[in-house]
Amino acid sequence: MESARPRWDLDPVLTVEHLMMRFGGLVAVNDLSFNVGRGDITALIGPNGAGKTTVFNCVTGFYKPTSGRIVMRHGEKVGTGLIEDLTRSGRQYLARDGHAAFLLERMPDYGIAHHARVARTFQNIRLFGGMTALENLLVAQHNKLMLASGYTIAGVLMLPGYRRAKQEAIDKAVYWLERVDLIERADDPAGDLPYGAQRRLEIARAMCADPHLLCLDEPAAGLNPRESAELNELLQFIRAEHGVSVLLIEHDMGVVMEISDHVIVLDYGVKISDGPADFVRNDPKVIAAYLGVEDEEVELVESALETREAGI
Amino acid sequence: MEYFLQQLINGLTLGSIYGLIAIGYTMVYGIIGMINFAHGDIFMVGSFIALAMLVVLGVTAASSLPIIILAILLVLLIAMVFTSVWGWTVERLAYRPLRGSFRLAPLITAIGMSIVLQNFVQVTQGARVKPLQPIVTDGITLLQGGGPGGGIVVQLSYMQMIIIVTTVALMTGFSLLIAKTPLGRAQRACEQDAKMASLLGVDVDRTISLTFLMGAALAAVAGTMYLLYYGVIDFYIGFLAGVKAFTAAVLGGIGSLPGAMLGGLLIGLIETFWSGYFSVEYKDVAAFSILAIVLIFLPSGLLGRPEVEKV
Repeated sequence: MESARPRWDLDPVLTVEHLMMRFGGLVAVNDLSFNVGRGDITALIGPNGAGKTTVFNCVTGFYKPTSGRIVMRHGEKVGTGLIEDLTRSGRQYLARDGHAAFLLERMPDYGIAHHARVARTFQNIRLFGGMTALENLLVAQHNKLMLASGYTIAGVLMLPGYRRAKQEAIDKAVYWLERVDLIERADDPAGDLPYGAQRRLEIARAMCADPHLLCLDEPAAGLNPRESAELNELLQFIRAEHGVSVLLIEHDMGVVMEISDHVIVLDYGVKISDGPADFVRNDPKVIAAYLGVEDEEVELVESALETREAGI
Repeated sequence: MEYFLQQLINGLTLGSIYGLIAIGYTMVYGIIGMINFAHGDIFMVGSFIALAMLVVLGVTAASSLPIIILAILLVLLIAMVFTSVWGWTVERLAYRPLRGSFRLAPLITAIGMSIVLQNFVQVTQGARVKPLQPIVTDGITLLQGGGPGGGIVVQLSYMQMIIIVTTVALMTGFSLLIAKTPLGRAQRACEQDAKMASLLGVDVDRTISLTFLMGAALAAVAGTMYLLYYGVIDFYIGFLAGVKAFTAAVLGGIGSLPGAMLGGLLIGLIETFWSGYFSVEYKDVAAFSILAIVLIFLPSGLLGRPEVEKV
């Protein structure tokens, strides 16, 4: 087992190293390191207040981490040389031989979305409620459209280049609206959609930003079992058809265990377990932190703890 | 009846100017939730730039019609460009560094910038009023009232026509810009949730800068029109015009674009009718009283959305 390093360590898309986030005297995340594999569905789990959302906020530029390094990679197996050069250079990102590396802790949030291509959704949905579903998806393609519209001038004149770009943007939006089954509601204000639909629309909007890494903060929260199953399908589709790596925070263990390739468990801002779903599920530390997920699992942890005590 | 019509035309003209300025207030409020009290002075700077250009070009009422039209268009364009740069600079220097500071900070700097602009123009251009010989004279007579002594004549001057037509064209263009272009979409997105827009790759700071730029350009048009219409400007015109336009924006519902236009027209009409039928001295009192009454019964203005608490 030791010789075969897991896939996410061999070809990570995102690496978090020694991340620390402190709010005054409170340490929300402490010395956290993990890899997110390219093309994997990775779940970040942990009890309430474990620091999961804080990690997301650091990765997407919502917070500036107190210390640590967050590396985003474009291209397969980006060499460590590139990353070390980038770290020394003091720049935000560096591209070489078709590979690119980004130091997210140095970048502003719109740069992370625009250049490093990390998109995210929120636990409490943050759609532009007054804008239509279609417009929400167009905002996510803003930079492309802005460039094509020559900072509005070509757009006002309706030059052919802009018209083409606009059509492409609408096509992409329509594609994702069909994917999440909202095409009939394209012109309705996003705020008028039912809850489950808003969740799906938020994922569609994130996908319209052409991400390499999609971060989902509790995507299954508040969904009924059928919607939850549809979400699983959608995530697997995103990974399979679009090659997007997915990092998700989730409380719904059904979702986590069914679709995740890799699970990272946090408790009190510290990583307590990291591995494939099966490994984490049976890790006594995880069960101890989570106590009460499922009866069998509780029994399992108790027996595990007993054997450990017996060992001492 | 003739008297009423004439006042209506005058009111619409004045209201157009207020409306153009009010858009700047309402857009900036919509996107960053601050009242840019220096906006009235940006309007004043616009009118000074237009005056300088008209003097340089040397057009007078005696010039031929095509030259006058061309000159006005040129002056408008140049005033818009230069005034936008002023608006952009004010935002960059005085407002952006204070973004994320406590709520009153940008308000105080805005008042500061207003004083800076006034004093700058006062020092460099002198405190006395600057007259401009009328360039666009004449007009068409719509109605010739009967009765002894010829009655009242209802006149629509060419200048009034230019002002109303320009305003309608600009407001239409502007509404389309906000509704249809990527920039307008980004502005609306920032208005609703700037942080989220940022996380989708929208450069919020740049969008805000462009908003100031656009507001200033419209204020420059208003400044040019004011100059051509009244023929006198001084460094202090921005204060009252600014307060009136701000009132217009609040009346229409601050944050709402059609509201600013409607509010501008209403304030212009109220002011003109009050001076026409009651007393000139109390026209400002009338305008502000109407505002107070509207705000008591419709706190979010005529077309504004009620404030929804963000959770």
